[in-house]
Amino acid sequence: MTSIGTGYDLSASTYSPDGRIFQVEYANKAVDNSGTAIGLRVKDGVVLAVEKLVHSKLLVPGANRRIQTIDRHIGLASSGLLADGRHLSNRARDEAASYRDNYNEPAPLKALADRLGLYVQVYTLYSSVRPFGCSTILGGIDKDGPSIYVIEPSGVFYGYNGAAVGKGRQLAKTELEKLKLSELTTREAVFEAARIIHLVHDDAKEKEFELELSWIGDETNGRHVPVPQDLFEEADRKAKEALENFE
Amino acid sequence: MDHFPTNWGRPKYDNFDTSATYPLHNRGQNQSTTSGATQHTQQPIVTGTSVLAIKFKDGIMIAADTLASYGSLARFKGVQRLHPVGDYTVVGASGDMSDFQYLQHILDGLVISEETTAQDGHTLGPAEIHEYLSQVMYARRSKMNPLWNSLLVGGVKDGQRFLAYVDLLGVTYSASTLATGYGAYIAQPLLRKAVEGRENTLTEPEARAILENALRVLFYRDARSINQYQIATITANGAEISASLKLETSWGFAEGIRGYGAQTQ
Repeated sequence: MTSIGTGYDLSASTYSPDGRIFQVEYANKAVDNSGTAIGLRVKDGVVLAVEKLVHSKLLVPGANRRIQTIDRHIGLASSGLLADGRHLSNRARDEAASYRDNYNEPAPLKALADRLGLYVQVYTLYSSVRPFGCSTILGGIDKDGPSIYVIEPSGVFYGYNGAAVGKGRQLAKTELEKLKLSELTTREAVFEAARIIHLVHDDAKEKEFELELSWIGDETNGRHVPVPQDLFEEADRKAKEALENFE
Repeated sequence: MDHFPTNWGRPKYDNFDTSATYPLHNRGQNQSTTSGATQHTQQPIVTGTSVLAIKFKDGIMIAADTLASYGSLARFKGVQRLHPVGDYTVVGASGDMSDFQYLQHILDGLVISEETTAQDGHTLGPAEIHEYLSQVMYARRSKMNPLWNSLLVGGVKDGQRFLAYVDLLGVTYSASTLATGYGAYIAQPLLRKAVEGRENTLTEPEARAILENALRVLFYRDARSINQYQIATITANGAEISASLKLETSWGFAEGIRGYGAQTQ
């Protein structure tokens, strides 16, 4: 046992003597190695953006999306293990559909984040499973207006005005803090989101990445949709220009 | 004491209500509905009458009145029997209204899951909705528990008009004019005469006039109908369902009717 560490990290169902669950912390490491995902909650909507690292030039552009639609009014951006993120988004879709079936209205974001938090937390309780290797940004508009939640591998979820997870989250968070989020329109936020993703991308370590952008706001009639092509290209171009001026 | 009102004042073994006056079926005296036995739909309760639909130059037009009857009682006068499904399709229903509400629920869920799961830009058109409904209806009749409706599905997608029928047995067919229920007898001949051969030239106002006329005839003839109706128009620009409209009717001829009623000669 001594040669392979203390042994407290072999199972998610065992605490270390100082009260930590190492498997959950390792799951967070998996998130920290992954491309950045950010979410902005602004005046009239939500913008999600992801720095999707492309590990092979042979991949079809646009493949392996990391922003998913959960319900008409809800989007989900994940950072960490892609397959875990997809599993969680499938679960989120089921939960949102179940909420609609039972209550005949769109699921409030908080209710959905709560359900997903419970689901993720269960994977920290048993030795037969591993915790989710992804942090998830859930964004959308419900009857109380726009909101964003982040669900972590431990199962905790917090509401945010601006959220960042993944490799470049520290820099992204300082950039988000500079913005007056409550005064931005969703359209303006698309440009800021694109700029932040370009800014936090580390050219030296990872060459290729694809920008993913989606929004939910008055302009989309409260629906979560990818940012339209013309606006995407404009935001992408302006982000690159800003980056050159920044450096 | 026989506690079932539908059995009162009837010959002892006359279990069949020939005029369909009662929406509840006549239960035998000793049949318990509270025994926990599995129950299947054996007849509709709150019902809508005919739905009419035609093809016209720019698309499909579907019409239905807004009455939901409880047996012969005009129970709910403002019920919408036309339901938009996705951006290209409208479903019109006659028969049991609770079954129709269930179908609306199923279809709304279907559209959202199709829209959100693959996110490949593909959406369900009228042909897919109709095929799906026919599978649901046939599966339910095969379980001896049908959804008691006759449905018309109409829409336009990718420049193609689509209009088809499906009912509680899972039977489907397609034509340029369709009518369900009593309308299949009263309105269908009128619609065929007005529409067949002119599907590609009829304008929207002409199509509307044809349907309004058929609805008016139905209101005169069908004792389960009402003079309020809605019309759904589905064209390349999408589906639009009108507000509740009133039928213009004239009853002057009633003056001349002799032989029954209050007049003395």
